Amino acid sequence: MFTRLLNWVDDRFPLSDTFERHLSKYPAPIGQNFWYLAGVLLIVVLVIQLISGIWLLMNYEATDEGAFASIQYIMRDVDYGWIIRYMHTTGSSLFFLLIYLHMFRGLLYGSYQKPRELLWVLGWLTYIILVAEGFTGYVLPWGQMSFWAAQVILSLIGSIPIFGEELLTWIRGDYLISGITLSRLFAFHVVLLPLALIAVVFVHIVALHEVGSNNPEGIDVKKHLDEDGVPLDSVPFFPYDVVKDLFAIGIFLIIFCFILFFFPDGGGYLIEYINYEEANNLKTPEHIVPAWYYTPYYAMLRAITFPIGPLTAKFLGFVVMGGAMVIIAFVPWLDKSPVKSIRYKGVYSKVALFTLVVSFIVLGYLGMVTPNPLRTLMAQVFTALYFLYFILMPFYTKYENCKEVPERIKV
Amino acid sequence: MKFLTLILVFVSFQLFSAEGGPCGYFLSEDDLEEGKCEEFKADHTDKSSLQRGVKIYMNYCYGCHSLKYARYNRVAKDLGIPEGLFQENLLFSNQKMGDLMTIGMDQSEAKEWFGVAPPDLTLETSLRGTNWVYTYLISFYEDNSRPFGVNNKVYENVGMPHVLESLQGIQVSTCKQVPQIATNGGLKQDPLSGELITEELCGFLETKQEGQMTSEQFKASMKDLTNFLSYMSDPIREERKYIGKFVILYLLIFTMLSFLLYREFKKDIH
Repeated sequence: MFTRLLNWVDDRFPLSDTFERHLSKYPAPIGQNFWYLAGVLLIVVLVIQLISGIWLLMNYEATDEGAFASIQYIMRDVDYGWIIRYMHTTGSSLFFLLIYLHMFRGLLYGSYQKPRELLWVLGWLTYIILVAEGFTGYVLPWGQMSFWAAQVILSLIGSIPIFGEELLTWIRGDYLISGITLSRLFAFHVVLLPLALIAVVFVHIVALHEVGSNNPEGIDVKKHLDEDGVPLDSVPFFPYDVVKDLFAIGIFLIIFCFILFFFPDGGGYLIEYINYEEANNLKTPEHIVPAWYYTPYYAMLRAITFPIGPLTAKFLGFVVMGGAMVIIAFVPWLDKSPVKSIRYKGVYSKVALFTLVVSFIVLGYLGMVTPNPLRTLMAQVFTALYFLYFILMPFYTKYENCKEVPERIKV
Repeated sequence: MKFLTLILVFVSFQLFSAEGGPCGYFLSEDDLEEGKCEEFKADHTDKSSLQRGVKIYMNYCYGCHSLKYARYNRVAKDLGIPEGLFQENLLFSNQKMGDLMTIGMDQSEAKEWFGVAPPDLTLETSLRGTNWVYTYLISFYEDNSRPFGVNNKVYENVGMPHVLESLQGIQVSTCKQVPQIATNGGLKQDPLSGELITEELCGFLETKQEGQMTSEQFKASMKDLTNFLSYMSDPIREERKYIGKFVILYLLIFTMLSFLLYREFKKDIH
C-alpha cells in the first residue's frame, strides 16, 4: 500500500530521489570535526526561532503604546509565555554565536575555495539578513535600549551626504523614532526577513549538496570514487551523520535550556537590564550599547573619529562598519592559496587568522564599554588589523610555503 | 622595565576601569567603598517575607507607584494569601481581583507635584538590581535644600519624599574621622606616637531621631519590601528553575542515549 502510494507520487514528483540525494544518501566526508556541527545547529535554532516567533506573534502588539506592555503580558498572563519568549531571546544570541563559529570554520578550512565560492556568498547573505533580522527584532520590545539602539543605528543613514536626511525620514516614516517606525520594523522582522532567510538558507543547502561538503583536511573527496560514483572517503548521511548530529543537538539543547531556565537574562548580555524600562524619547540612557553580537562592528563605527574633506566622521564610520561586513563576501577571490585547510597552509595564514580572531574579540569588548582616548586608539588599531586580514590575503596566501595535501583522508 | 610595567598598568587601568559604582556616593557603614551598594539577595521561596513586603508596599508605596503589569489574583496566589483575605485588606473597593494593579493617580498632576511622575515599579529590580533598590530604600537623609526636606544618597536629588519616615525616623549625613589605609593594606600609624592617622570622610548616615522601628527592624522590613519587588519583576523564577531541573534531566538522558548510538555507529567508519 505504502509502496504503491510512494510510486504514485514518485511518478509525479521526485520525492524518493530528493530524499535520497539531500538526506539519506548524501555523502558526508569522514573526519569532519566539532566545527562541522554549527551548520546543523543553525538549522535547529532557525526552527526554534520560527516556531517561538509564531507564538510570540499571537500576543505581541506592534504599537508604541502597547508593545512594552504586551511583552509583560506574554511573560505574566499567557500560559508558558515566558518559555516562548526566553526561547526567542536565548535563540537569537545563540544564532549569532553559531553563525560566527560556522563562518570561522569556513575560514579555517578554506570551505569557500573553488568550487564553493557561491556557497560562501549565499552563506554570507544569510548572515547579512540575520543581522537585519536581529536589529529589527531588538527594537520590538520597545524598551529604552530598543528605542535608542534604533535611534543610533537608523541615524547612520542620515549621515549619508546630500540626501541622507531625506532618506532617513522616508525610512523612519516620521521625524523621530516612533510607533510608525516600530510597525515598519515589525513587518520586516516577521514577514520579509524570515522569508528571505528561509529562501537563502534553502538555496545555501542546495548549493552545498551540489558541490559537496568540505572537510578539515581540505581534501577533495570526489577524486576517489567507488564503482557507484560515491566518494570513497565518505559515509551516507543516514545513519552516520544523523546519529552524530543527534548527539550534538542533545548537547546544544542542554546549553540552550540551561540558559533558558536558569540564566535567561545572561547577566544583562542576552536581555539588557536597561530594556526593562519602557522606551522614552525624552530620556537618553547613559551608555547606548548594541547587543553583544554587533559590538565588534559598533567599535569600528566609533573608531572613526576624524572627518575626511566633506565626509563626516559618522558617515566614514558607517562606511567602515558596512565595509567590514561586505568584505567577508570576497574571501573566495582573495585567497590565492593552492591548499584549502589551515592544516596545510603556511605560517602567514595562521598568524593572519589568529590576528583576525583576536581583533574581532577585542573589538567586541571595546564596543561594549564607554570610549576613552586609549580605547578609541585600540579600536582604530584593531579595525585596521581586521581589514588587513582581508586586504593582504592575496599576498600572504600566495607567497607562503604550504605543506603537501595527502590524497586520501585518514581517520 | 619598570617603565614598561607602569605603562602596562596604566593601559590596563584605562581599558578595564570600572565605570562608577551604581550606588552613587553612598558610604556604607560596613565598609568604606564609595559607590558600593549594600547587598541584598532576593529569596522568592520565603513566602512570609514576600507577604510582609506586599503589606508594606500596599500601605506605603501603592498610592503613587503602580504595578501595572501584574494582577492582584496572581500576587495572592503566588504569595499564598487567600483571595478573600487579600480582597478585604489589600484591595481598594472599586477593583477586582483579576485587574491589573494600576493606580488612580493622574500622571500629569503627579508630574506637577513631584517634578516627575512616580515610575511604575513592576520591573524596578530587574532594571536596577536588588542591591540598588534595598540601598536606596535605607538611604534617605535630611536635606533642607530639597522641596520635601529629604535627599537620597543613592539617587541624588530624587523627587520622592521619605514616605517611610514615620518608621525609620530621621537620618542625617555626617562626617567622621576614619583611619587611613596604608599601601600594604594595614592602618596608617604615626611612626613616633603610634597613633592612627585619620582623615575626615563625609557622607555617613546617622540616625538623628528614632522612628517606630529600630534600625535593624527597618532594614529587615526594607529587605522584605525589596524581596517583594524582586518577586514582582520576575514572578516565574521559582517555577522556572523547578521545571528547568526536569528539562535538563530529560536532556541528559536523551543525550547519553544518543552518544551511545553515535559511538556504536562510529565503529563502522575506518
